[in-house]
Amino acid sequence: MIRPFMLALSLALAGFAQAADKLKSGTFDPPRMAPQIVQKAADGKDFALDQFRGKVVVLEFGYTSCADVCPVSLALLKQARERLGPLADRLQVVFVTVDPQRDTAPKLKAYLEQFDKSFIGLTGTGEQMAAIRKAYGISATKKMVDGSKTEYTMGHSSYLYFIDPQGKLRALMPFGRPADDIVHDVALLAQGK
Amino acid sequence: MKRRLAVIPLLLAAAVTGALAWAAYAPIGTASHDALFEIPKGTWARRMAGEKAEILPDTITLVLGVNDVLLLRNSDTVPQVFGPVLIMPGQDFRLPFEQAGEHPFACTAHASGQMTVVVKPTPSAGWQRLQWRLQTLLARAPWRN
Repeated sequence: MIRPFMLALSLALAGFAQAADKLKSGTFDPPRMAPQIVQKAADGKDFALDQFRGKVVVLEFGYTSCADVCPVSLALLKQARERLGPLADRLQVVFVTVDPQRDTAPKLKAYLEQFDKSFIGLTGTGEQMAAIRKAYGISATKKMVDGSKTEYTMGHSSYLYFIDPQGKLRALMPFGRPADDIVHDVALLAQGK
Repeated sequence: MKRRLAVIPLLLAAAVTGALAWAAYAPIGTASHDALFEIPKGTWARRMAGEKAEILPDTITLVLGVNDVLLLRNSDTVPQVFGPVLIMPGQDFRLPFEQAGEHPFACTAHASGQMTVVVKPTPSAGWQRLQWRLQTLLARAPWRN
């Protein structure tokens, strides 16, 4: 009587363990190496993506004038970093602007510091930023605000791009998932899963 | 003889009732939760030749607990922006859903620039599950093809 019960219990636990081991993000199979990014960061330091091997890098593509998507995602990433506890240092958030025309380095730096001082911002020339977007398959489209000749918004990918400690582009998380999902996936990737 | 014949409708009614009860209350079990959408080899060449090659519908409907993982597969020989992501040749992208609702995605493959994934809740035991099983059965019926 006990044996079938133990068997059922161990199968159920194995099922839970398997589910817990799965990323909540969308995953690539097989994963490819994340395209290299070499750029001057908003804080003036040299940035190379492959310097962050050993950490989980989360890339967000956005712009500082974004009214809805970007501030929400950055706030969730800040929350996730706080909830990661001792694993927080294994996460590096990199915010890549899709609006280099307006997002100057000082503006981007000041914007990101409102969320978390550890977040790195990347901006550059239009060509440099377009090359990064192309490598990641991201489109960004400029849309003029009705009635204005100067004001515009940028349509862009709202996904978060997860790069594992080996530098592989492992997963994409759609916009709007809770901070706990980010924590879950960063923790798994940091543990080499 | 007459008595035996009279039993047949009763047996049939019992069998139908049993089948309906099973369909309404049996748990839903599926071997795979993947809803596969594949770009076949040669799609890029066909597009270059001016052919229309629509792979993804504007709306994809998934059901939690049944087929709640969107599986995008690039079997072509060139990278493809397939739905919202860049997928390399021979690569899969598997996106699980855990919440019911409408999920809009930017998608360059569509004229509208958008694709919607509708995720429906798991059919609950009873009328909903029976309805779902009958709809699934009808959708798979050979005359539908």
